[in-house]
Amino acid sequence: MDFIIPIAALGILTLVLAILLVIANKKLYVFEDPRIDQVEDMLPHANCGACGYPGCRPFAEALVTGQILPGKCTVSTDEGRMAIATFLGVSLGAEEKKVARLACDGGVNVAVNQAYYKGMSSCQAATLVSGGGKACSYGCLGFGDCAVVCDFDAIYMNEFSIPVVDLDKCTACGDCVEACPKGLFSIQPINNKLWVACKSQEAGDEVLAVCDVGCTACGKCAMDAADNLIVMKYNLPVIDYHKNHKTMDPIQRCPTGAIVWLDDKHGPIKGAESKKIIRKEGRRIGYS
Amino acid sequence: MNNESLWSIFINTSLINNFVLAYFLGICSFLGVSSKVETGLKMGAAVTFVMVISALCAYGINALLTAINAPFLQLISYIVVIASTVQLVEMFVKKTSPALFKALGIFLPLITTNCAILAVALFQTSKGYGLLQSFVYALGGGIGFTLAMVLMAGLREQLVFSETVSVAKGTVIVLLVAGILSLSFMGFAGLGG
Repeated sequence: MDFIIPIAALGILTLVLAILLVIANKKLYVFEDPRIDQVEDMLPHANCGACGYPGCRPFAEALVTGQILPGKCTVSTDEGRMAIATFLGVSLGAEEKKVARLACDGGVNVAVNQAYYKGMSSCQAATLVSGGGKACSYGCLGFGDCAVVCDFDAIYMNEFSIPVVDLDKCTACGDCVEACPKGLFSIQPINNKLWVACKSQEAGDEVLAVCDVGCTACGKCAMDAADNLIVMKYNLPVIDYHKNHKTMDPIQRCPTGAIVWLDDKHGPIKGAESKKIIRKEGRRIGYS
Repeated sequence: MNNESLWSIFINTSLINNFVLAYFLGICSFLGVSSKVETGLKMGAAVTFVMVISALCAYGINALLTAINAPFLQLISYIVVIASTVQLVEMFVKKTSPALFKALGIFLPLITTNCAILAVALFQTSKGYGLLQSFVYALGGGIGFTLAMVLMAGLREQLVFSETVSVAKGTVIVLLVAGILSLSFMGFAGLGG
């Protein structure tokens, strides 16, 4: 009858543990609003962080406690946001769609190289080697760190190695803003159409020597814009988006086309007086 | 009874006979969660915590099993007891300290049945450690695990930026690095008695 004791011992042991667990489950039960799970199921599960919360679950918790409105989720569809709003009985809190904008248009056909960078194909790595191959130290290096980091396939590199943002796919999560070593991306409301596609703080010939489409800080756009909409700061036009910026006047006299009108359908529109860029091939090393 | 000094036990488990790098236990979590130093540290903390708890439980259970003369039940009862104790602790932490739960909580269920945890319980019994010795043994094991974890995570963070031969990309290079790390830990062999 030796086998009885071990069997009984193990039986008692597991029974005691089971009872302990049952008691603990009752006593230490943490109440969680069941709606959190339901709301979380309605969210896109992208965990992108565009709403300002670390993931979809914390966002769902904030939604249920009423700290935030469903419109903050930029990834969800309109129906999805509406469904959450009706489920929780709150207003949608519609947000103006925001997108990532790039403040550089210096593709390989317009920007001069100071040297050829040969190495790991990443902007982050190229920056470490005296700022990369481009002669303009502010410009886009074109290795596409932003396109790689984008979770939504919203950025592709065009034929001149400049990232292009697909406005429909962009969720304004801000990953590209962090990825760009030159700090060229920023999150902007989609209705901010007037845009300065240059970050160079140089002026005049210094700019023209390295890039055909850089801002030379001539100040014509600032002069043409009514009501001090544009002021020049550090050799760059700064647009005050609080004022009425729905005008194409400032871009017209820009000699290089650095200030553009970003049309949703047709892409960037340049002013009438800006140089036409017809060169398709890449520019060589050296200053022109 | 084993008369090994506490200090010698600690150095032995954390460096010379490191659970991950010398015994190759707990490899799944070692490879899985070691891509960032921060998560590696948290995982290490959670493992240390569970190791200490399970070592204490195992000591109690072993005393019980010896009393009823059924030491062959060690393995099965260790698993049962460790798993349910960790469950209990997890619930307790969730109730009392939500902040700690958020930091450790995700990792706790992952490691209840980790082989390194079970190894601590089984080894301490076979070595005949007392209560305090078991505690130090588990603590050393946990700290050794954390050390291996952080070293690996640091290396992997650097590895991302280096160019790897295409055949060795991904898990292959990680395993290679783990092997080299383990080799270098053999250098500690002269430390202990």
